[in-house]
Amino acid sequence: MCLAVPMKIIEIQGDMAVVESAGLRREVGVTLLDKARVGDWVLIHAGFAISKLTRKQARETLAIFAEGNFFG
Amino acid sequence: MAEKNRLTLLADRLRRFPARPQTKIMEVCGTHTVAIRRFGVQRLLPPGVKLVSGPGCPVCVTPDRFIDEAVALARQGAIVTSFGDMLRVPGSRTSLEEERAAGGDIRAVYSPLDALRIAADTGKETVFLAVGFETTAPGIAAAGMMALEKKIANFSLLTSLRLVPPALKALIAVDSHLSGFLLPGHVSAVIGKQAYEFLIPQRLPGVISGFSADDIISSLLCLLEMHNKGIYKIMNNYPRAVRDRGNERSRAVMAEAFAPADAEWRGLGVIPASGLQLRPAFGALDARRRFAIQVENAPDRRECRCGDVLRGLIDPPDCPLFNKACRPDQPLGPCMVSSEGSCSAWVTYG
Amino acid sequence: MDKILLAHGGGGSKSAELIERVFQRFLRDPLLLEMGDAARLPGGPGRVFTTDSFVVKPLFFPGGDIGRLAVCGTVNDLAVMGAEPLYLSIAFIIEEGFPVASLQKILASIAGACRASGARIVCADTKVVEKGKADGLFINTSGIGRPVFKKPVHPGRVRPGDAIIVNGPLGLHGISVLTARGEFGLRASIRSDVAPLWGLIGTCRALDVPFMRDPTRGGLAQTLNELAHGKKFGVRIDEVKLPIPRKVAAVCDLLGFDPLHVANEGKVVMVVARGDAEKALKILRRHPLGKDARRIGEITAAEPGRVVMATRAGSERIVMPPVGEILPRIC
Repeated sequence: MCLAVPMKIIEIQGDMAVVESAGLRREVGVTLLDKARVGDWVLIHAGFAISKLTRKQARETLAIFAEGNFFG
Repeated sequence: MAEKNRLTLLADRLRRFPARPQTKIMEVCGTHTVAIRRFGVQRLLPPGVKLVSGPGCPVCVTPDRFIDEAVALARQGAIVTSFGDMLRVPGSRTSLEEERAAGGDIRAVYSPLDALRIAADTGKETVFLAVGFETTAPGIAAAGMMALEKKIANFSLLTSLRLVPPALKALIAVDSHLSGFLLPGHVSAVIGKQAYEFLIPQRLPGVISGFSADDIISSLLCLLEMHNKGIYKIMNNYPRAVRDRGNERSRAVMAEAFAPADAEWRGLGVIPASGLQLRPAFGALDARRRFAIQVENAPDRRECRCGDVLRGLIDPPDCPLFNKACRPDQPLGPCMVSSEGSCSAWVTYG
Repeated sequence: MDKILLAHGGGGSKSAELIERVFQRFLRDPLLLEMGDAARLPGGPGRVFTTDSFVVKPLFFPGGDIGRLAVCGTVNDLAVMGAEPLYLSIAFIIEEGFPVASLQKILASIAGACRASGARIVCADTKVVEKGKADGLFINTSGIGRPVFKKPVHPGRVRPGDAIIVNGPLGLHGISVLTARGEFGLRASIRSDVAPLWGLIGTCRALDVPFMRDPTRGGLAQTLNELAHGKKFGVRIDEVKLPIPRKVAAVCDLLGFDPLHVANEGKVVMVVARGDAEKALKILRRHPLGKDARRIGEITAAEPGRVVMATRAGSERIVMPPVGEILPRIC
C-alpha cells in the first residue's frame, strides 16, 4: 500500500520524468510535485513521484536500503 | 557496521523499555504490518506491550462486491487492469485470477499510467481498479486527468479509494483500549501531520514512521515514551520523506478529481466521508456510469473473521480458518491473500 | 481445481499442489516420487537422469538466452546430484515465422554452453507449429550424468551443525528477465547469472556434501523449504549474510518482491558437513563462479521442518516458500 522507493530524477519531459537508482530506470509522472528538477531525489509510488527528499535525506534513505547489500 | 550497531542498540532499548502494562499500539499501514513481521519486531516488544494491526491494507478493507464488479466488467469484454495484489482476492464466487484462466483479459500493472497506456495502445475499453489510500489516490487522479486531456476515451476507473483519518476515528470509537498509533509513512507524506490532530484531545499519541527496522523501532520507542509520560502529540519520525504539512499539490490534484463519499470498510461497516468518488466533472471516467454492472448481493462468509482482524480485535491465529482452511495458497479472505494483509504476514513471517 | 492457473507453474507451493494432487495420481513410479532434481537410475555404473523445459520470455536477455538456459538448467540439475553431466537430448518447438537468424544465435549459445559444461548433445528433435501457437520457441532438454561425489549427495545425511553455503549473489536471473521484458516500465542492465555449474561443483567431490540444489523458480526460499520440509532438522539463515546485490534489492523494493523468492540460474545452495565447511569455501572461492561463496546459515536441531531467518534487527522470522506466480516464464 505504501511501497515507495527513493530514486533520482535524471530527465524531465513535461509531465513525465526518468528516475534512476542503482542502475535501474523508470518513467514516472511528476505532476504531483510542486517543482521537479533534474537531480532531485524523489519517492516513487505506483508510477508517480509523491514526495521530494533532500540530498542528505536521500543519502540516509539509500543507506538504509543498502543495509545488508554487499555488492555495487 | 555502524548502522547495524545502532539497530542493535535500538532493539535492545525496546526489549528493556519499562512500558506500562496493557499498552496497546495500533499500526494502520499494510506496509508497516509486513515490515514489522519481516524484521521480527513483535518479538522485541517489552512485557506489557501489544502491537495490533488495523485496517491499513486497502485491498483487505475492500468488500467482496468490488471484486464481483470487476469480474462482471471482465465478462463484458473490458480489459481489467489492476495492482497485482487484487488478482487473487476472492469475490463472492470467483477471483480475477480465475477469470483470467477462463479467458478474461485481466492484467496486473504497477501504475495507473500503465493502464492508461494499455487503453491508448489497444483502443479497447480499459478499466483500472482504483484501490488505495491517500498515497495512491493523487496518482490515480492524475492518470484520470491525463486520460481526459489526451482524449483517451476508452479509459475508466472502478473506484474503491479510502481515507485513513476517518478510519482512525471509527477505530477509536470501537476500541477504547488503544494507547497510541504508529502512523503510515507515505500516506502522511501526502496528508501531513495536521491530519492526525484529532487524536490529541483523545489522549492518543501518534508517530509517523518510515519502514526500515530502525524507523519502526525508534518510532515505537517514541510512542512508548509518550504513553508512559502522558504526552499526547503527533510526531513526525520520517522527516526525510514527510513534510509536516504534507504534499499540498497531491492533495489538490486528489481533490480536483475526487470528493469524499461514504464508504464501506470490511469489518468497520460504512464510515461517513471515508472514501472518494469521482466528481461530476470527471464522471466520464467512472466505470460504474459507463457500464451497467450487475452484481448480486452475496452473503458474508460466515466463519471469516477478516473484519475483526482489521479492527485489531483479534490476531490472525484467533480466526478459526487461519492457516487451515484459509492459507496463502488457498485464501478465503483478503487478509490472507493481500501481500499486506495481517493474516498473510503472520503466515509468511511468523 | 479444474483449470490450470499461471500460479501452478511458479515452482512454489501451488506447483507442488498440482504435482501432488493431479500428476502423482497417474505418474507414481518410485524413482519419480523421490522428487529429486534428477532420478537415480538403478543398475550399472550409476547414472542420473533429468529433464526440463524452457519457456523463458524474452528469449534473449542480458547474460544469456533460452539456448544457454536450456543447457545450463539441465546440466545444473545433474550437477547438484553430484553427477558429472555426460549426455543431453534437446527438442525444439518452433513457431512458424521465427527468424532463422535468431535460431542460429540460440544454437550458438547452446553449443557454447555444452562446451563449457562438458556435456554432449547426442540426440535432438524439431517441430514447427502454426503462427501464434508457440510464442517463438520452446525447448526441452533431458540429461544423463555420472555420480562422482565420494559421499552420497542425499538429504537423509543432513545433520544439525552442517553449514549452508551459497556460491554468490542472489536474484540476478529473475530480475534480469523481468527488466529485459520491460515490464513495470523498468529499464536496467542486470545480467542473468545463467551458467553451467559442474565445473564449480565438481571441485567439491571429495568433500562431504549431503545436499545441493540450484535455487531456480521460487528462489532461495523455495529451495530451503524443500530441504527442511518434513525433516527432523531445521534451517537457520542470517539475513545480514545473504548476498543480495543492490540492483536486485532496488527492483524488489520498488515492486514489493522478496529477493528470496527470485529465480537464480547460476547458483547452488550446498549443505556441507560441519567438518568440511571451511575447506569447501576455500575450494569454491578459487573458481570464477565461486569467488563470492559464503556461508549463509546452518542446519539446526531446533525448529524441525522450518526455515528461520535471523533478521538484521536482531530478531527472527520464518521463511516461507513463495505462493502463486511472482514472475511467469522466468526459465
